[in-house]
Amino acid sequence: MLEWAVAAGKVAFSLFVLLNFVMVLTWAERKQSALMQDRIGANRASILGFTLLGLFHPIADAIKMVTKEDFVPQGASRALHTLAPFIALFFALISFAVIPLGDELAVGGCTISLQVIDLNVGILYVFAAMSLGVYGFVLAGWASGNNFSLLGALRASSQMISYEITIGATVVGLIMVFGTASLQTLVRRQGDLLLGFLPGWGVFYQPLGFLLFTTAAMAETKRAPFDLPEGESEIIGYFTEYSGIKFGMFLMTDFTETVVMAGLVVTLFFGGWQFPYLQPDGFHFPGAAVVSISPLAVSIAQVMTFLVKLAVFCWLFLLVRWTFPRFRYDQLMRLGWQMMLPLSILNVLVTGALLLLLHR
Amino acid sequence: MSRPKDAMNRLRDPEALSFWQRTYVPEILRGLKLTAAHFFRNLLIHIFHLAGLWKDRRGAETVQYPEEVRGYSPRLRSLHRLTKRDDGSPRCVACMMCETICPARCIYIVATEHPDPNIEKRPASFDIDLGKCVFCGFCVEVCPEDAIRMDTHILNFAAYSRQEMVWDINRLLSNEPQRVEGIGEIRKVK
Repeated sequence: MLEWAVAAGKVAFSLFVLLNFVMVLTWAERKQSALMQDRIGANRASILGFTLLGLFHPIADAIKMVTKEDFVPQGASRALHTLAPFIALFFALISFAVIPLGDELAVGGCTISLQVIDLNVGILYVFAAMSLGVYGFVLAGWASGNNFSLLGALRASSQMISYEITIGATVVGLIMVFGTASLQTLVRRQGDLLLGFLPGWGVFYQPLGFLLFTTAAMAETKRAPFDLPEGESEIIGYFTEYSGIKFGMFLMTDFTETVVMAGLVVTLFFGGWQFPYLQPDGFHFPGAAVVSISPLAVSIAQVMTFLVKLAVFCWLFLLVRWTFPRFRYDQLMRLGWQMMLPLSILNVLVTGALLLLLHR
Repeated sequence: MSRPKDAMNRLRDPEALSFWQRTYVPEILRGLKLTAAHFFRNLLIHIFHLAGLWKDRRGAETVQYPEEVRGYSPRLRSLHRLTKRDDGSPRCVACMMCETICPARCIYIVATEHPDPNIEKRPASFDIDLGKCVFCGFCVEVCPEDAIRMDTHILNFAAYSRQEMVWDINRLLSNEPQRVEGIGEIRKVK
């Protein structure tokens, strides 16, 4: 009974974090792009005269999306047309489950892992969920009864499949270094120090892997500069025939994927919930200085650390999204297949050779 | 003959990029630096504004119309007004010059006798259909009596019906000229 309650609580907490990040991200996208372009951004939605920096806009947007007409075109397959956004959003949401928000939390005699589920193939689970999510986009284009939507869906699927290969290949190097595919174990092993003073984060072992993974992760989220599947301003994307909350779900999928990808980058390359020098019983500084802290405070600090890192990477993804123009499709494919894939395989080979030399 | 060919070759084949440039990385970092600098500068200015400091610096180019307006130029062509004589009657003598020159044909004048024999005529009615007006200012330039001007600086005269967009002589006479101050300056409107 208690196990079920704990599991439900973990799922609820994880979804709470994810959905709130997604909601705030829609606001942050508008505000951050405004600041970058010397504008003000959304600031008009108000409740009783309070605008709160435009933070009511996500709520207003949601109300607008829900109350809008839900239109299904004549040539569309009604059931599949409705199913597609659910598939897309569902697989984006569940991929957050394996990302650890913190180490174990000890409360009243029982320890709770601050992660929904610790799969020993955690990374593969995320990739599997992302690959299945592609079905949502293909289905959206296919079921709309619109050839332009279908072309957009084909662009989406070919882009995502191309970049998933790079993502998979870059992570191989990381798995070789840390010797695990479980995300929780991977984060724990990043707590060890590198050369006695550097936090042993993945980015210090795999700098090239980090660059490639971040780029491919941005391509996976289908946002500028990789927004060819949508191309909201000119080329027609896969969700052209969607309106109302179904369209909103596709938008939400994009933001959810952004958060999940940011979480994945943090977990894989930036030590997840690891605060530098913070061990389960307190700070262990390189000069052998120890500051002990209560376990509960440590757990809270870990969760906060993860959330701050997540926010920083969401910020970085938005910065990239609002800085660069879109690739041409042949450039996109050339970047994916001719530059990033060979580099990621080279990364694996070099990592393997170095590991062989060091562990001989 | 060799120079144009060189130029053409340069056009087709620009300077070869170095390997480092071809990785996109340096230009990507430069771009990110530029936008991030704007982001942090504006964020800092907005935070200082919240604390009541740096009020003379703007964190955004946006003018929050209608709470803020910029001082208009004196030559801006805004809503028309009919000027008045000392006794308050319209200066217009119903000569029909403006109605004739109007390219949008949005001015409708009905002339009538003026009680003063020294004045030729006066307008019995003077309507401008702002739904048709193109704000070319020809009526102002052609008027021999300086009876019509476009210096009210009123721009928000939108209405819910076409009939309300037709301004009659009384409404046109009641418009006042706007004093020009601080061209381009942003000021708050209460």
